[in-house]
Amino acid sequence: MTWEAVIGLETHVELQTASKMFCGCPVDFGDEPNTAVCPVCLGLPGALPVPNEQAIEGILSIGAALNCTLTESSLFYRKNYFYPDLPKNYQISQYTFPLCLGGHLDVDIDGTVTRIGITRVHMEEDTGKSTHVGRSGRIQSADHTLLDFNRSGVPLVEIVTEPDIRSADEARVYGTELQRIVRALGVSDARLEEGSMRFDSNVSIRPSGSTELGTRTEVKNVNSLRSLHRAITFEIERQIEVVESGGTVDQETRHWNEDLGTTTSMRNKEESEDYRYFQEPDLLPLHIDVSWQERVRAALPVLPAELRNRYRQAGADARTAEILVDGEGLGPLFEEAAVLGADPRAVGIWLTGEVISFTRTAETAVTTTPLTAAHLVELSEMTADGRLSATAAKEVLTAVLEGEGAPGEIADARDLIQVSDVGAIETEVDAVIAEHLDAFEKLRAGDPKTLGFLTGQVMRATGGKADPRVVQELLRRKAGG
Amino acid sequence: MPVEIDIAKVAKLARIALTDEEQETYGRQLADILEHAARVQALATDGVKPTSHPLTMVNAFRPDEVTGSLPRDEVLAMAPDAVDGYFRVPKILDEQ
Repeated sequence: MTWEAVIGLETHVELQTASKMFCGCPVDFGDEPNTAVCPVCLGLPGALPVPNEQAIEGILSIGAALNCTLTESSLFYRKNYFYPDLPKNYQISQYTFPLCLGGHLDVDIDGTVTRIGITRVHMEEDTGKSTHVGRSGRIQSADHTLLDFNRSGVPLVEIVTEPDIRSADEARVYGTELQRIVRALGVSDARLEEGSMRFDSNVSIRPSGSTELGTRTEVKNVNSLRSLHRAITFEIERQIEVVESGGTVDQETRHWNEDLGTTTSMRNKEESEDYRYFQEPDLLPLHIDVSWQERVRAALPVLPAELRNRYRQAGADARTAEILVDGEGLGPLFEEAAVLGADPRAVGIWLTGEVISFTRTAETAVTTTPLTAAHLVELSEMTADGRLSATAAKEVLTAVLEGEGAPGEIADARDLIQVSDVGAIETEVDAVIAEHLDAFEKLRAGDPKTLGFLTGQVMRATGGKADPRVVQELLRRKAGG
Repeated sequence: MPVEIDIAKVAKLARIALTDEEQETYGRQLADILEHAARVQALATDGVKPTSHPLTMVNAFRPDEVTGSLPRDEVLAMAPDAVDGYFRVPKILDEQ
């Protein structure tokens, strides 16, 4: 039997506002625990939450970018549960009537586009951080948990997909695209390794062709897009193994272990979750009227998918377009150079090759280097008309990035200009033919190997500065080929 | 109309230990409240505008500004136990 995976993702994104969701504590806190806390985010009796307007703007822009309906009337709810990192014993969240409903995100895998439905996007607050301290590490014998409430109350957006994802590859591409969108909106740095973006995956399997849903497990604790892919792959295989050996999949939460590359069951003490949601009485309803909705949509930046299309229309291939979107400042440079007449193929190769490796090594963005679109145009022209070889162009480009000046100056200073003047090269070609008549006779007789030899001789005679294309053309012509 | 209520479950979810006598008392009081709600629910409300909140105001927001936090010493002084700037609580996984 062949199996099909059915996957839905829940993504949490921390918004990088200046202050927390419901109080004036800073979001940008240092490492010192419990230094950004106040009565509201500590859940002290009598403290009253007031929503951060910027966070509401942030979630609305995410919803709009994901093609959601922005709901006119929306409510906050209390989600009640007991856990030490939740000082109020409830999390302010949304339940029925979330801010954004029913959108989609298209994922493109090698040209095949799959539409992933977005069920809802809702606003909530983050919890504190707990550190479990084991017996071994402490002199005081009892095991305990240390709590830091700096993160408590940080604005958190939850994005829930329909179970439309069918493979670990699709999940990773969805995650990558969502991360790009959130970053393009400027609402979060969306870093998985630092927890400002977190993925929980609901995974089930069913016989291929079936339309029923199998029992799902929820996989938590992935901290990179790579481990999202690994965890889902593992979980699909585990479930197939369970079912094929006659067992059944339990509905449970499973913890991804990065080192072991496996998921393990997280046994929960509570028999069944019962969050007893009810409307948060301390907060007023939200009313996002049509003009507010329109303002949010109008203010959206150009999103990654549209940028990729634009770069492709400007002459970039699919892979190049993707790299241009992901690398800070690369896309605009590409577009500007293309508009100014540079060869988009050459510019794409340079930006995704030399430029990226330079900025990676220097740990900077291209926008901080001296490289301009005009430089790329100049480089493109010099390559097209034969003044620079492909190799020399790359050397010149790196020198431009290092601040040595414009391509023309650098090529002159480094003596890299090729001789493309046919008359000058022909003199050298004739001299080489006179010196290597045997080889030339073989070329005339149709031996292709001698072409390389003779070209090499001419290159040597010109100190490597002749355009090899011109040299070869001359040799062929003289050989009557 | 009588409303059944699982007072033991409600108490457990709220982490409140109730004696049998208290279960009886609070169970009856909660049932009364639910019964009252059921009576309201049964009223004919055709033509009455739905209410999602007792107040008619909406959108009470604050600007995204940092207004400060409490001194950590004062915060931790309120807790039964603290160490190295952290609150310290009994371990979570085997609670109860």
